[in-house]
Amino acid sequence: MNEIRKTIDPQALADEVYEAIGEISCSLRADYRHAIDALIECAADSPNEAGKLDRANDVLRCIAENDDIARSDHIAICQDTGSVWVCLEAGPDIVFGGDVFSLVDDAVARAYKDNALRMSIVRDALVDRSNTGNNTPAFCEVKFRAEAGCSLHVMLKGGGSDNASRVVMLAPGAGRGGIIDEVLDCVREKAANACPPLVLGIGIGATFDKVASLAKHALLRPLGSFAPDPETQDLEREILERVNALGIGPGALGGMPSALAVNIETAPCHIAALPLAINMGCCAMRSKTIELFR
Amino acid sequence: MDEVKRIELPATRAAFSDLKAGQKVLLSGFCYTMRDAGHARTLEYLKNHGELPYGLEGQTLFYAGPTPPSAMRPFGAIGPTTASRMDFATPQLLEAGIVAMIGKGKRSDAVRKACLDTSSVYFVAVGGIAALLAKCVVSDELIAWEDLGTEALRRIEVVDLPVYVEIDVSGADLYREIEAI
Repeated sequence: MNEIRKTIDPQALADEVYEAIGEISCSLRADYRHAIDALIECAADSPNEAGKLDRANDVLRCIAENDDIARSDHIAICQDTGSVWVCLEAGPDIVFGGDVFSLVDDAVARAYKDNALRMSIVRDALVDRSNTGNNTPAFCEVKFRAEAGCSLHVMLKGGGSDNASRVVMLAPGAGRGGIIDEVLDCVREKAANACPPLVLGIGIGATFDKVASLAKHALLRPLGSFAPDPETQDLEREILERVNALGIGPGALGGMPSALAVNIETAPCHIAALPLAINMGCCAMRSKTIELFR
Repeated sequence: MDEVKRIELPATRAAFSDLKAGQKVLLSGFCYTMRDAGHARTLEYLKNHGELPYGLEGQTLFYAGPTPPSAMRPFGAIGPTTASRMDFATPQLLEAGIVAMIGKGKRSDAVRKACLDTSSVYFVAVGGIAALLAKCVVSDELIAWEDLGTEALRRIEVVDLPVYVEIDVSGADLYREIEAI
């Protein structure tokens, strides 16, 4: 390889994480805000039916107003300011070294203190459930890709929507129909806990450990974008339609919509497997992708 | 949508008798924040002493872990957490004198039945609007369990906190009604 290598400065990367946390914890993602505003406008144009339409519209207006308050006062849009997920997606031209994970943890601790965010991480799930007091450790991942350059993803994931998520190892014979049934079952059972309107990140394929990561990455996709493959796109559309037909609605108080988008990522898998992961994204989805070396 | 109703907390159970599942209510007055770890401690105290700790009898619980103070308000953001995680303790707490709960999400059959048996109410607040809800909180006081951080027991005063009736005193359940449509 003769191309020019680009070296990541670990401190500069940690500083990007620090800045991103302050920004995304205290404002709604721009594509979500646009989607909410469009729904409010749409409701204003349609006549009120009794009951559920009013509640749905009430919740949507609260979500927009909440974003306005959070931005102007620089306060968190949700009290659950999440666990921090940081993913570095590096191309073949990228070189990095140093103790990146420790520097990211330092950035997380500073960001949570400086922005008055909630500390929600305990030392160990089983043996020591005392709070670490600074929202560390961050959950970090490094992913290599074929394309040149480097993307840094930061997501603050709420506990309620993550708890409503699931991984299922379906039999290949379950097929497309089995996938749809499982997603609808998950939404029916858990959507009310996950703060709708939702975005469903769905992973199909890979292995037991990797399928959940596909689902999480799917949540990063901007609203209104579609999977590149037409068959996957068609499944996204069908699931979105059927989820919204459940009538769960904003705040799970009935009406439309229950979900803003269904984002699917697929991958190769074993002949015996049809791994499926559903990662629920709440109406306060907090994520940002930063292109380093732009 | 039914008429919006105002309720002062603490309230006697009689104040909830005409509330209907799905109705919007504005709550004002005092309630207590309590979450997972607090429920385990309360249940333990109840088992050992036969009564609720910290004068919780007759009070309303808000399942919430707020952020620190911000923007000159007691909390920057406060909102409901998933209520079903408290289901293990709720029937006993209602029996012992808690009269209402504020959370989000579905409850177990045992909780619905306990609401019916004790004439208690489960309210839901909307998740994801915690900056807006924090503007309804005018004061807070740490009561116990400081070691739990955001999960500490706090007495908070709210003004016109917007909630919806999820389970009413007749055991009617808004989510079940929506599912049945």
